Amino acid sequence: MIYLDNAATSRPKPPCVAEAVVAAMEDFGNCGRGVHEDALSAARTVFSVRQKVAALFGARPERVCFTPNSTMALNIAISGLLTAEDHVISTDLEHNSVLRPLYRLQQQGMGLDFVPADRWGRPDYDAFEKLLRPNTRAVVCTHASNLTGNLLDIERIGVFCRQHGLLFIVDASQTAGVFPINMERQHIDVLCFTGHKSLLGPQGTGGLCVGPGVEIRPFAVGGTGVQSYAESQPLEYPTRLEAGTLNSHGLAGLGAALDFLEQTGIDVIRQHELQLAKRFYEAVRQIPDVTVYGDFSQAERAPVVALNLRDYESGQVSDELAERFGIATRPGAHCAPRMHRALGTEQQGAVRFSWNFFNTAEETDAAVEAIRLLAAED
Amino acid sequence: MRQKEERCIVTFRTTAAAMEMERICKECGIPGRLIPVPRAITAGCGMCWSAPPHARETVEELVMDRHLMIEGIYAILL
Repeated sequence: MIYLDNAATSRPKPPCVAEAVVAAMEDFGNCGRGVHEDALSAARTVFSVRQKVAALFGARPERVCFTPNSTMALNIAISGLLTAEDHVISTDLEHNSVLRPLYRLQQQGMGLDFVPADRWGRPDYDAFEKLLRPNTRAVVCTHASNLTGNLLDIERIGVFCRQHGLLFIVDASQTAGVFPINMERQHIDVLCFTGHKSLLGPQGTGGLCVGPGVEIRPFAVGGTGVQSYAESQPLEYPTRLEAGTLNSHGLAGLGAALDFLEQTGIDVIRQHELQLAKRFYEAVRQIPDVTVYGDFSQAERAPVVALNLRDYESGQVSDELAERFGIATRPGAHCAPRMHRALGTEQQGAVRFSWNFFNTAEETDAAVEAIRLLAAED
Repeated sequence: MRQKEERCIVTFRTTAAAMEMERICKECGIPGRLIPVPRAITAGCGMCWSAPPHARETVEELVMDRHLMIEGIYAILL
């Protein structure tokens, strides 16, 4: 199988990731529950992963809170910072992990507006200013579209947020580990990430980095291993947002993945992935009856190419690619309904190809040839 | 049970803070280890840093210099 579905989850992972998970499963007690060596091994490893995540994103280790994924991190941030009295600005590029928590608050009375995207999926940056209201509390947006790979200028949006005293919540699901992110420089108040995509870690890992002065109401409350007789959740981070046993086995794997990223260099990884995505784009755009979506005038973009062949159902094309050519892609609506409307692919969906560091030029060329062959057939 | 002796105990409000204490003490060669919080300080659960009494001054300086997030420092017979 040629795996080009890395925007859904990266595969393969560096071998050190599975090794670290297996070692953790054999050795770890429960992080923060008890003070014997096995519990401490887990706690030390989890803390070292906080330090690595903090170093990657310019955060404080004690304000890195772990969750099972980005969706949970976004739910915690959105529901724990915003209320029905607020107004929020988001964008058409968002994934349902941002949209649904926002829509749920909108149903309770919160004001919600979206910066529109054009047919190339480009956001209208001037709209941020126009959508501002006296009760605007936050901007919630993705760093890159999971559908087209279009990158948002989060530093520009961060400056806008600072100028107007707004909270800035960023969904880095498609960019963490590939693009440089610095919470201070980009004025990010809450950065939500998942471990299993471009960070190359196991599924079931993720989290949110909380900036200074940002007070998030706890989403889940429960066991913490500290302050047992307090009736409410401790308010100190990271415990504040981490009720229940952490996935220390998975986090051990994430720690190994972060070491791999550091040793390899995220610039090297990004250049490799973007080179492959560009190679693919330049070839498929020449093929008659292929429509590619997104803004390819951007030099920096997530390593994703979404396309359609004639008016074929995207699911049918993806299935042919898998069954006849052994190429794994993702079809359909990609949990990004507003972006599909902007691109005009609401009915057809799109076939998404996405790369990671372990993909090769040969695999990429094989995918091009498969599309060429399908396009030539009646 | 072994004989009780005086210990310098540092308590924390989160496990993460205890981990940071342990890491920095190891880095600086300050003696001690993590133990369950003694009942004399607080009933409940969690871990604390237990150092020999002569290390108290060094521990206090470290807490100040490195901005460690502690709950308190106690002298306890354990």
